[in-house]
Amino acid sequence: MSTTLDRPTSAVDPTRDGALNEKTKAERRLGWYLAGPAFVVMLLVTAYPIVQAVFDSLFDYRLTDPENSSFVGLGNYGVILTDPVWWTSFGVTAFITVVTVAVELVLGFGLALVMLNALRGLRPVLRTVILIPYAVITVVSAFAWQFAFSVDSGFVNSWFSWIPGVTAETDWLGTQGLSLFVICLAEIWKTTPFISLLLLAGLAQVPDVLQEAAKVDGATWFQRLRRVTLPNMKAAIMVAVLFRTLDAFRVFDSVFVMTAGANSTETVSFLAYRQTIERVEIGLGSAVSVLLFLSVVLISALFIKGFKVDLSQARGE
Amino acid sequence: MRHQRRRLTAVAVAVAVIAALAAACSSAPPGPPVLTWYINPDDGGQAEIAARCTAASGGRYSIVTSTLPRQASEQRQQLVRRLAANDSSIDIMSIDPPYVPEFAQAGFLAPMPPAVEAAAREDRVPSSIEASTWQGRLVVVPFWANTQLLWYRKSAVAQMGIDMNAPVTWDQIIQAASRARTQIAAQGVRGESLTVWVNALIESSGGSIITNVGEENPELVQLGLNAPPGLEAARVLQTYGDAGVAPPGFPTADEDTNAESFQSGSAAFMVNYPFIWGKAKSAVEEGTLPQSVPDDYGWTIYPRTSPDRPSAPPLGGINLGVGAFSNHPDLAYDATTCITSPENSAYYFVSNGNPSSRISVFSDPEVVAEFPMAPTIRDSLTQAAPRPQTAYYAEVSGGIQRTFHPPDAVVPGPTNEAATALITAVLRKEALL
Repeated sequence: MSTTLDRPTSAVDPTRDGALNEKTKAERRLGWYLAGPAFVVMLLVTAYPIVQAVFDSLFDYRLTDPENSSFVGLGNYGVILTDPVWWTSFGVTAFITVVTVAVELVLGFGLALVMLNALRGLRPVLRTVILIPYAVITVVSAFAWQFAFSVDSGFVNSWFSWIPGVTAETDWLGTQGLSLFVICLAEIWKTTPFISLLLLAGLAQVPDVLQEAAKVDGATWFQRLRRVTLPNMKAAIMVAVLFRTLDAFRVFDSVFVMTAGANSTETVSFLAYRQTIERVEIGLGSAVSVLLFLSVVLISALFIKGFKVDLSQARGE
Repeated sequence: MRHQRRRLTAVAVAVAVIAALAAACSSAPPGPPVLTWYINPDDGGQAEIAARCTAASGGRYSIVTSTLPRQASEQRQQLVRRLAANDSSIDIMSIDPPYVPEFAQAGFLAPMPPAVEAAAREDRVPSSIEASTWQGRLVVVPFWANTQLLWYRKSAVAQMGIDMNAPVTWDQIIQAASRARTQIAAQGVRGESLTVWVNALIESSGGSIITNVGEENPELVQLGLNAPPGLEAARVLQTYGDAGVAPPGFPTADEDTNAESFQSGSAAFMVNYPFIWGKAKSAVEEGTLPQSVPDDYGWTIYPRTSPDRPSAPPLGGINLGVGAFSNHPDLAYDATTCITSPENSAYYFVSNGNPSSRISVFSDPEVVAEFPMAPTIRDSLTQAAPRPQTAYYAEVSGGIQRTFHPPDAVVPGPTNEAATALITAVLRKEALL
């Protein structure tokens, strides 16, 4: 995941004097020794399945009917991209991604500020408390939210009956709008801590000198936030938003547990699951997975190229 | 020097670990061969039968059970994925009947020895044999067979002027329930039970969802949804929806929900499996239900669609398959004969409430004492029809569930055409599901 951060932007420019000195060479060797095993493991567990999925996606291949299997080229992709089911799933996924990331960014920033400015003695406790939701397994949190909102065993309908429109019979997981609301809520609760932790790292990088200088110049709190804090942590915000967007786009657990894709709440990864695991259509399912993968690659490329942010800044270099 | 020693130690440790793992894998356990029986969750009946058959084998084999997920579709998923990977640990498996053709077509089932086949055909209700057959060959051993009955509350029906001793039609009970302002509980949830209902309606009008059963090529599968019996089935669903006799929460009502509303008396009629009898009886034993409630339960054969044609009630149950990659297929087939013996079938019926596929079990005095409706169940199983037999069952059922849900909004004609178009496209791999 951190490969995007590891661009070779070391202080030494190898082309400067044509030859590397001994120290740089040794450093580089050490770098390979340290990263090598992880790199090999990544190749095995990531690159190989991706290549296999791309290969499988070119076939009409069903696990229980290998005899009728045939090469169909890009046919599977044609089927998927012309099917409204795909576009509904894509829309739902994009909706969940945009809503959750936007809300999480705002909430996470607030929490990061609280953590940064809390009294020294309170800080560890506060960080732990804020991080607890992130430590909960997604399936468990999805079940917890489902139980809370269910019509027969949930408490939400009786606690919030004072809100107009909420009655004892409100079926939160029975319509598309309400189901998506609950799914987004569960996702936000679960992953805001992650984003706030990344933002806290960014906040800590903003030099105090700049803040003090701005203060001396008479800048208000809001002006300092806009002119000093945010520009100096742009890279951290980028990393946080990018990681969360990639994560959010692959949302699966909450949908699987709460609605099982009913009422048009199916996401792209759920669609891939149903074709591959339920229908055992390996070819079609692989094609959906490859399209999901391409979407994620596209999002990363857009973020990195489009926003022209030097990600190495996130390392504090 | 020190580095080298450390490296040697690491290598030695790795070799020792690998050797230990290899030893653990290769050494066969002592004693008779162990057969693994993958079972669907039940009330412990299959585990007990496994123990009985282990004892009865006289040391030739021992059976251990391994429990599959609760949903039939999830059971299929797990078995299919294991078998596609040539899993030799699957000796015997409990398979839901609609998935039998898929397993057979994929070569996941070991060929059945003639002696076992002869025994498996004996004393069985015809529908369970039909559901165990693929392309003319018996591929699994019928174990137990389930069917839906039409249940009614005697007290409520007495005032409706409808004779429940003669076969009734859907139209008759819909009219009667509508006039009496009561409900007919049926499974409206978007799930397998919806396919069960639609299939029973079509089969009861003399049609079939798939008209060329046995076709291997999914693109050549022909659907009968648009034919008159399919339209008739849609008409019954529409009449049911329009009459306002559906229970509240009908689009999410499953077998258990409906058992509740029938037990509470809000529905005077219900189509459901016999498990509801055991449910009411244990509620009486626990003291949460007065005896007068099950005493008020009446039962008869599944309603007809047309007055002059016997109905084709739904068929469920479990069949036993022997894994194609099992190390002991002969012993496993021997074991299926023991598991499905008349004694074990009767035990399973009485203890777990799962009706047998054996005709003789229905006249077992113990069974009749526990399940007074046993003769009706036997008659129902005799005229029951299996769900469409195809290696692509999941696609066909999924297509019906998507187009026929919610069942009270079905429109004869357009719904049938939508279902036909969707299933055809999915089978031709031209659409997602």
